[in-house]
This record gives sequence, C-alpha cells and structure tokens, in this order.
Amino acid sequence: MSSFPPASTPPHQAFEVDGRAWGHESGPGDVAARSPWQLFWRRFRRDRVAVAGLVFIAVVVLAAMLAPLIVQLVGARDPQEQSTEYLDSFGLPVGPGPDNLFGADPLGRDVFSRVLYGAGVSLQVAFLSTGLAALVGVTVGLLAGYHRGWADAVLSRAMDLTLAFPVLLLGIGLGSACSVGAGCAGGLVEPGLPLVVLIIALATWPSFARLVRGQVLSLRETQFVEAARALGASGARIVFREILPNLLGPIMVYATLLVPANILLEAALSFLGVGVQGRPTWGEMIAEATQVFDTAWWFMLFPGLALVLTVLAFNLVGDGLRDALDPRSDR
Amino acid sequence: MSGAIHLEARGLTTGYMPGAPALSGVDFALGAGRAVAVLGPNGGGKTTLFRALLGELEPMDGSCTVKGGTAYVPQTERARLDFPVSAFDVALMGAYARTPWWRRVAGADRAAAREALARVGLAERTRERFGALSGGQRQRVLIARALVQDAGVLLLDEPFAGVDATSQARILAVLDELRAEGRVLAVSTHDVEQARRWDRVLCLNARQVAFGPPAETLTTEVLQETYGAELVVLDGRARGVAVHHHDHGHHQA
Repeated sequence: MSSFPPASTPPHQAFEVDGRAWGHESGPGDVAARSPWQLFWRRFRRDRVAVAGLVFIAVVVLAAMLAPLIVQLVGARDPQEQSTEYLDSFGLPVGPGPDNLFGADPLGRDVFSRVLYGAGVSLQVAFLSTGLAALVGVTVGLLAGYHRGWADAVLSRAMDLTLAFPVLLLGIGLGSACSVGAGCAGGLVEPGLPLVVLIIALATWPSFARLVRGQVLSLRETQFVEAARALGASGARIVFREILPNLLGPIMVYATLLVPANILLEAALSFLGVGVQGRPTWGEMIAEATQVFDTAWWFMLFPGLALVLTVLAFNLVGDGLRDALDPRSDR
Repeated sequence: MSGAIHLEARGLTTGYMPGAPALSGVDFALGAGRAVAVLGPNGGGKTTLFRALLGELEPMDGSCTVKGGTAYVPQTERARLDFPVSAFDVALMGAYARTPWWRRVAGADRAAAREALARVGLAERTRERFGALSGGQRQRVLIARALVQDAGVLLLDEPFAGVDATSQARILAVLDELRAEGRVLAVSTHDVEQARRWDRVLCLNARQVAFGPPAETLTTEVLQETYGAELVVLDGRARGVAVHHHDHGHHQA
C-alpha cells in the first residue's frame, strides 16, 4: 500500500516538500543540504565544452538584443540601407572592408549589420516556437499519460497524424496561404514572425508530447504518486506538484536540443521564401547568397557561420544539460 | 463530527488479479464513534481490505461504502528514513487534499499541523527530521497527519507494531478521543489482546471469519480458523496468542 516517504525517491521529491527547499525546515543532524539546482550547477560547470556553448549563446543573445547599439558603435550602416556605392562597376557587391566588416550584399546592404539583426529573428522564432511546442506538447503529454484510456488514444493518434505531415510542405502551404492580407483564422495568425512560429510549433509539439506521455505513464504508478492519491490529493495536484517537477529535467534538455533544430527549420523556411518577411534573416541571406556565391563568398560565409556556431552552441549546452541532469552519468 | 460518518462493506470480494480474490465475503457495518479491530495473520487480507476501503482496489463482488472521508495511517516500517522531511512537513501533508495545486498549504492548515503534533505529544519535535525519530514517534507523526486530514474514517495499519510503550499509550489516548468525537476507526493488528480493546473485531483469513463484539467473537474456534496452525492456545479458554514469524524487513514491491 501507499507509504510515505516513498520507497523509490525521484530526484525532485528528495529536495522539496510543497514547494519549499527542505533544508530550511530541517533540524540538526542533517547531511549538508544542497538544492537540486546547486547539484546540477556543480555538475554542469565541470563540463567545459557546454559552458563554452552557454557563453557563446549569451553573447549571441546580447548581440541580438543590442544590435542597433552595436551597429551604431562600430559605425555600420542600417541593415536595410541599400547603396550602389558598395557595388562595383559590374554591379557585384564589394568584399569585407572598413565600411562593410562582412562585405556587402548584391543590393549594397551591409552584411555585418544584417547578420547581427538576423540573430534576433532566429532566436525569437526558435525560442517562441520551442516554448509554444513545449507548452502544447507537455500539456497534451500530461493529459494523455495521466488519464490513459480514450483520451490517450485520441491524443496519441493526433500526435501520429501531426508527425506524418511533411513539415516543409506544410510550411510552404500555410506560409503562402496565410501571408496574404490579414492572415489565417480570421486575422488570428498574422503573416510574418507569428506565422513562422506557429508552423514550427505545429511541427514539433508531438515529440514533446510523446516524451512527456511516456514518462508520465511510468511515474503515475510510482509509490510517491500512490501515497499522494491515498492522502486525497486531486488529479491536478498529482500531475502538477508530484509528476511535472520530476519531468522538468528531460523537458529542459529536450527544449535545449529543439532550439537549434528550430533555428535550422526557420532558416529552411526563410530559404524557401516563407520565412519572416521584411527583416533580415540568416536563411534568407543564405538563399540569396547561393546566386552570387562564386563572386561574393562573404555573403554566404558569415550568415552560414553564425547559423552553424549558434546551432552548435545550443547542441553542446543540450548535451551538457543531459549529462548533468542524468543521475546515471558519472561526470 | 456527526452521524454522516459510516463505514460499511457488503459481501465485499476483492483482489489484485481477476479471478483470484485475495479477500472475500467481507460483510460489516460501523456507525459513528465505533472502532473495529481487524485481526488476521500476515497475508490474511488486512491491508487488502484497507486498499478496497480507500478505493485503490475495485470490488470484484459486493460493495463498500465510506462516508465522511478516509485517512490512512501506514506502517512506519514502510517509510524511507533517509527522506529529508521534518515531522512538521509530514503532518502538513494531511492538508494536501484540500489545498489547490497552485497554492501553498494555508496558514490555518499549518496551525492545524502544529496542533495535531502537540496532540500526539510531539510539540517539541516538529522540526526534527522524520527519519531521525523513533518508530513510535514516527507512528505518532503519521497519526498527526491523519488528524490534519480531519477524516471521518481512520484506517490504521498495524499502528502498534514496533512502537514503544509511551507512544502506544499516547496513540491509544488519541484514538479514544477520536472515537469520542464520533469518528470511525479501523485498526489492523495481529495481537489478539489488542483486538479486545475495541468495540468490534473483524477476523480475516482470506475471507471474513467472524465479525462482532470481541467478548463473543474471539472464541478459540474463531481464532483457530483465523490463524490456522499458527495459533497456540494457552489455557484452554478463549485466550489465545497468535504466533507470528513476521519479518519487518520484508517489503512488498
């Protein structure tokens, strides 16, 4: 029968009772108390590569947020400013130099400030779509896993159905359908950034839901859940206070690994012409650069490098997180 | 606590696998203020009955009715002692059922938890780690948790197993108070003498052997039927001592 404290203690449960860190209420004779965050941070810090990735991400985020300021400081031009001054007599863009640190593009715009502004678009789309996918996926996964039965059957088929959609075709279809006029669903989905976020979230929520559902199916049978049920805890309390905190680790790791995938997806959509319009994006720049690659290598190199390094940094941090949160790894 | 409290089983048959009932033919009713001793050997179905009354096991046949809410007091041997919670934290868990999931336990419930711990004589030990308390003190904390739950029906699983004399006296006093308040108690035990203390006794050995007032029910025949070969009859009368080989290190998965 349900017993308390449980025979198998999941990491979260060991450290928190009703939202309080236990160390504060415990009496003398306790072993040195460390919160799970302290433990996690100690493990993560030892992973140099992941820390480097985190630092790089911080730099990219700062650069994206302070893009207008940085552009002003280095004296670069506005990312939308076109100028024939930076095209040679054949109409080809000039390479990197003091006026254009990363060269110019075929319209004479400054590639440096466009790459810098593009970071904002990439990160906004990636974070928002990952957040939306996590919100929908985690909710659906919790519902399906906890209630099982017909709810699980319906929601799982919905996941299968969504995963069966070819993402890029769906994106192109939705992108062209929604980018005219006020957008789709009676103006609810505006063209531009919200649409791209929606397309990416639509394509990625089922993997979140599957991850969560599987974990919930096993967690709901554990003794600490049974004990909570025997104490009369409501379903919502069990799901949000007992089960969900134990899933934060895997959810965090998965989200961190999904961010770079979504950056690439956003770039792919931009490359195909259904990305965010009217703002410089890395994917769109790379697409345009393919036409002048043999003469203006810088136009592809810099946005490409920014994309690769950012994606790499997120993946490294994700791997580091996974190692630090996995009690079985011996890091 | 009023007359709405009621505990009843009618022809209850239940178990863990379809077609293989662990307990059958349980038939009894208890009104407000009554206490029943649930007597039987290990594996006799005491815990199975509690699971059914808590709604964790579905009846295969018959029914059970619990009115007034249930609180379950588990055996402390089943608890993990390295679990870092204080006695106060454990008592506070009794308020989980009435705390919305997005809120912390209310101030009134914190006061109730403190009061409950004082009632079982642990007012000075609220901040002590649960695992650092003695077996009897842990049992009292679990009873305090049930007090915080403020349920009409209390199911106590072997509350006196491995409990020191001070704790036992304290627990008995609290249980008597609860009975006087009109609550229904079901106390599982394997100690026949302990069983005599309560209003009714329910003898289980995979099925209901007997139910009634202890003086009439605890005959040698009933005890032999309940305990089988494990029973040693001491003086030829209806006084028996159940001999057990129960192993406290044993835990069900």
